[in-house]
Amino acid sequence: MNLVGHVLGRLASAAFLAVVAAFFALPMLWLASAPFDAHPSVTVSPPEFTLDNFRAILDNPYALGSIGNSVIQAGGAAVTVVVLAALAAYALSRVRVPGRDALLYVLLLLSSVVTGTAAMVPIFELATRLGLVDTHLGVVLVVSGGLLPAAIFILKDFMDATPTSYEESARVFGASPLQILRHIVVPLVRPGLATVAVWAVASVWGGFLMQYILLRDPGKSPSAVVLYTLYTEGGQPDLALISTFSLLYSLPVVLMYLFVSSRYGFRFHGGIKR
Amino acid sequence: MSTDAAGLGRARAVGFVLPALVLIGVFLMFPAVWTIYLGLTDYRLTGLAAAEPRLVGADNYVTALGDGRFRNSLQLTVQYVLGSAIIGQAGLGFALAWIMRDRRGPVRRLVEGLVLLSWILPGSVVAFLWIALLDRDGGTLNALLGTPGAAWLLDHPMLSIIVFNTWRGTAFSMMLYAAALENVPPSHLETARLAGASTFQQLRDVVLPRIKGHVLTNVLLTSLWTFNDFTPFLITAGGPEGRSEILPFYVYSTALRGGQLGFGAAVSFLILLINLVFALAYLRLLRDRREVSG
Repeated sequence: MNLVGHVLGRLASAAFLAVVAAFFALPMLWLASAPFDAHPSVTVSPPEFTLDNFRAILDNPYALGSIGNSVIQAGGAAVTVVVLAALAAYALSRVRVPGRDALLYVLLLLSSVVTGTAAMVPIFELATRLGLVDTHLGVVLVVSGGLLPAAIFILKDFMDATPTSYEESARVFGASPLQILRHIVVPLVRPGLATVAVWAVASVWGGFLMQYILLRDPGKSPSAVVLYTLYTEGGQPDLALISTFSLLYSLPVVLMYLFVSSRYGFRFHGGIKR
Repeated sequence: MSTDAAGLGRARAVGFVLPALVLIGVFLMFPAVWTIYLGLTDYRLTGLAAAEPRLVGADNYVTALGDGRFRNSLQLTVQYVLGSAIIGQAGLGFALAWIMRDRRGPVRRLVEGLVLLSWILPGSVVAFLWIALLDRDGGTLNALLGTPGAAWLLDHPMLSIIVFNTWRGTAFSMMLYAAALENVPPSHLETARLAGASTFQQLRDVVLPRIKGHVLTNVLLTSLWTFNDFTPFLITAGGPEGRSEILPFYVYSTALRGGQLGFGAAVSFLILLINLVFALAYLRLLRDRREVSG
């Protein structure tokens, strides 16, 4: 009956999708082309193909090292969070303690309330007094403290869902709690551990504020901070160098997501990133 | 001794929980408490020697509320959250999910893929991309729009960071609404359409009542995340002349740049209180939904 209206509606939605697709694609096209362009910046012209920008990255004293720093900090935090959260979640799942659920909720609430933004002053103070400024350890500890409550929460769900009968029989054969955890529980909750690890890595890899506050020495700074200093330090920023560095710094997380989504399916329950 | 599946026992269980609790206590709970104390002092960092903090009561709060720069940043923060979290991320996310709800195939995969990728890229890379697009010198956008010489970042700093945050955060909302819309039976929409309801009426009368919980969750979370995100600092650093100085930048620049740690802590505590309101509302919502669903 209302064919014209229907057609117009389809056209409008197609146009809307085209605009949105362009909006999201434009920065990525730039990220994909500028690193191979001898003179990126001024206009979107066909790139003058070159690999010189990648050579320039090798010559920059901080660029490659900063990716190493990101690996150390993200890896350190992921290991800390996964190990400590697994231990805590296991105990909280298996032992009845009065007020356990309330404690978990309070911790979770706290972790979304006490963010880096809300606590930057005391965290800076604390790190200064503990001698953690300019150390990878400082970044790992501060970031892990923030990620742990949610990690415990996620893992406890996984642990609650696994049957306890294997553990009971293992105990009858004399296995210690740590052995039971390592040989029986960990294999069962591996998807949960992977989720938490990926989430921790992505959080730290993309994180800026804590790393910016806690690290002064550019030799220890992760890529997020070095990218910023590359842009702000001295006169005209070298767009070719910065875009090439951006691409190198993005690839690991993008590949990680592709790997995880092909392996486990990209299940989107929210909060997997932040 | 209490028995349980793993033979943990209370004492061992405490040992398992303790390492995590210590980290959380030192790096999460303690800073929260300390910020309250610091906010009541005149603690300053001047040069190398830090003066001993002295309790000054509510002075910092009085100063903040009377400070035009603080009120300006509060106002900008409201603009930023409304513009980028609610209208931008939640609004655009819903629009995309709605338009693509009955589409399958390459268009949907392309749009979803692009949006998801924007969410996966590290924040500082995204910040840099927008600098390159919007900057007077970069000018890629100028070339496309035919607006040579427009200095987007300098002339429209708030708009710039709102666009940036919309770009990088829409994925979460889009996916959440795509899942929510699957709970709306197509037959109900069809019935409404046949009864002559306009799209707006369908949205209001059929869709909204069913996804109200999702909308609230979405708006609360994106607002909380946006409010606490420091990444747009990379784009404008609050400038020019404080025209994009949202609250996180204000704290950073007064406390850590300007050395007024006590004052900064007081403002931090206000941020903490606002976070608490968001988080309590979110938990309340979760609890209500749990009770409804089972």
